[in-house]
Amino acid sequence: MPADRADQSKLRKALDALAGRFGDAVLAGAADKGELAVRLTKDVIVPALSFFKEELGFNAFEDLVVFDNLNSPDEGGARFTVVYRLFKFPGAVRARLTVEVGDGESLPSAVPVYRAADWAEREAFDMFGIPFEGHPDLRRIYLPDDFEGHPLRKDFPLAGRTGGL
Amino acid sequence: MAFREIDLNMGPQHPSTHGVLRLKLAVDNEVVLRVEPVLGYLHRGMEKLWESLTYTQIVPLTDRLDYLASLSNNLAYCLAVEKLAGIEVPRRARYIRVVLAELQRLASHLAWTGFMANDIGAMSVLLYGFEAREDILDIFEEYCGARLTVHGIRIGGAVHDLDGPLVSRIRAVLERIPKRLADIRSLLDENRIWKERTVGIGRITAGEAIDYGLTGPPLRACGVAWDMRKDIPYSSYDDFDFDVPLGTNGDVYDRYLVRLEEICQSIRIVGQALDGLPEGEFKAKVPRVLKIAPGEAFHTIEAPKGVLGFTVRSNGTDKPERVKMKSPSFINLQSLEHLCQGNLFSDVIGILGSLDIVLGEIDK
Repeated sequence: MPADRADQSKLRKALDALAGRFGDAVLAGAADKGELAVRLTKDVIVPALSFFKEELGFNAFEDLVVFDNLNSPDEGGARFTVVYRLFKFPGAVRARLTVEVGDGESLPSAVPVYRAADWAEREAFDMFGIPFEGHPDLRRIYLPDDFEGHPLRKDFPLAGRTGGL
Repeated sequence: MAFREIDLNMGPQHPSTHGVLRLKLAVDNEVVLRVEPVLGYLHRGMEKLWESLTYTQIVPLTDRLDYLASLSNNLAYCLAVEKLAGIEVPRRARYIRVVLAELQRLASHLAWTGFMANDIGAMSVLLYGFEAREDILDIFEEYCGARLTVHGIRIGGAVHDLDGPLVSRIRAVLERIPKRLADIRSLLDENRIWKERTVGIGRITAGEAIDYGLTGPPLRACGVAWDMRKDIPYSSYDDFDFDVPLGTNGDVYDRYLVRLEEICQSIRIVGQALDGLPEGEFKAKVPRVLKIAPGEAFHTIEAPKGVLGFTVRSNGTDKPERVKMKSPSFINLQSLEHLCQGNLFSDVIGILGSLDIVLGEIDK
């Protein structure tokens, strides 16, 4: 359909603009089926999110997903893959920004750009132990403050007892 | 009065927090300064548990997330798995899913109307709302034997076919709902106490609502026509003719109006789906042991509470590497402090109620 082709070329243009702005920090980019997918280095994630919001019009923060790659190392080789999902309304276009984070490394907080990222980052911190620098109130969100460990890490046992409970 | 700021605790066991939610409030006399929701009292570690179960075993556990709309959870999860595994769902199954999901929306919104009115003190509406919801739960019971944790949608389709007697029963129930809705509306719409407790209370603008990530009826009450059934249609929703009801003021009253109007639209959709129910299979052929090649899929639906999504990552085995839920209640609750600031302490209950949260899907 012609409308689809027009959307497609718009997405490509957005990718070109991103590459022009961030250069080598953009590791990969693809646009298909109404979705932009980019891989970035973690130090440019906040400026990139703000570029998506201000320049490309992705006004909604949909989700923050963390994957622990301990048992299935992916191309980047880092311990964690963090995915930011953005949504553009109206237009219903999705964007997926991916960064890699090593164990013990931190990520800059996205809260100054998207307020909705607040609890999502607290959840990622609680479950995976990824610290978000510059988060206004980084505490565990589900588990007690004195809980030891981060349950969604692959090396955390499914059953058993830990301190604090 | 000389003293200014007082800290108040509400919950986690409080009848109007709709589950085990704790709120830490700071008030200046009667005016709310800050609200901090404290979560985790119902945290069951669902996402960790899912990594140890097969794709099929996870479906009944999704019922326990938003337990007032279990079929919506089933649907969102199954759609994500089907997208990942490339399973084509037969057209009849897609229509059956729409019927079930919209009946679930009716049940969820009717229960909400009852709870919400009860929170504000209109106890009789609770009974009317629940009486109407009961009819729909009876349909689920006849369909598959369960009423609350229905588990009616399976990977590849639905658990049973919709047969003739059940279709007539659904039609009969749908015919009764508008009368019951009219009863509820005659009690509330122009009720002075109801309006004083809801009009202009807990307001948020469209821009702020999007910024806070609000979805579902609270967002549409601000006039934003974001509805996944229209924006990214799934399960044949593009075959049906329905409207997206919008509010204007973004307050508690508009959230009420939007939900009641959505009930009417759901009745329209179910009617069309039953009229046009195509012949064919009600379930695709899915291998008993479902192994999915490494990949990742994300799928969202418009659940009664808002946009519900699942991210599923596979690793080639019969168990997922990770399943992440995007829970609408979790994200909507985030805006509670903003909605309550500057309002009266007694309105916190009404504002919390108007967001329609379920702790089962917040705490996971």
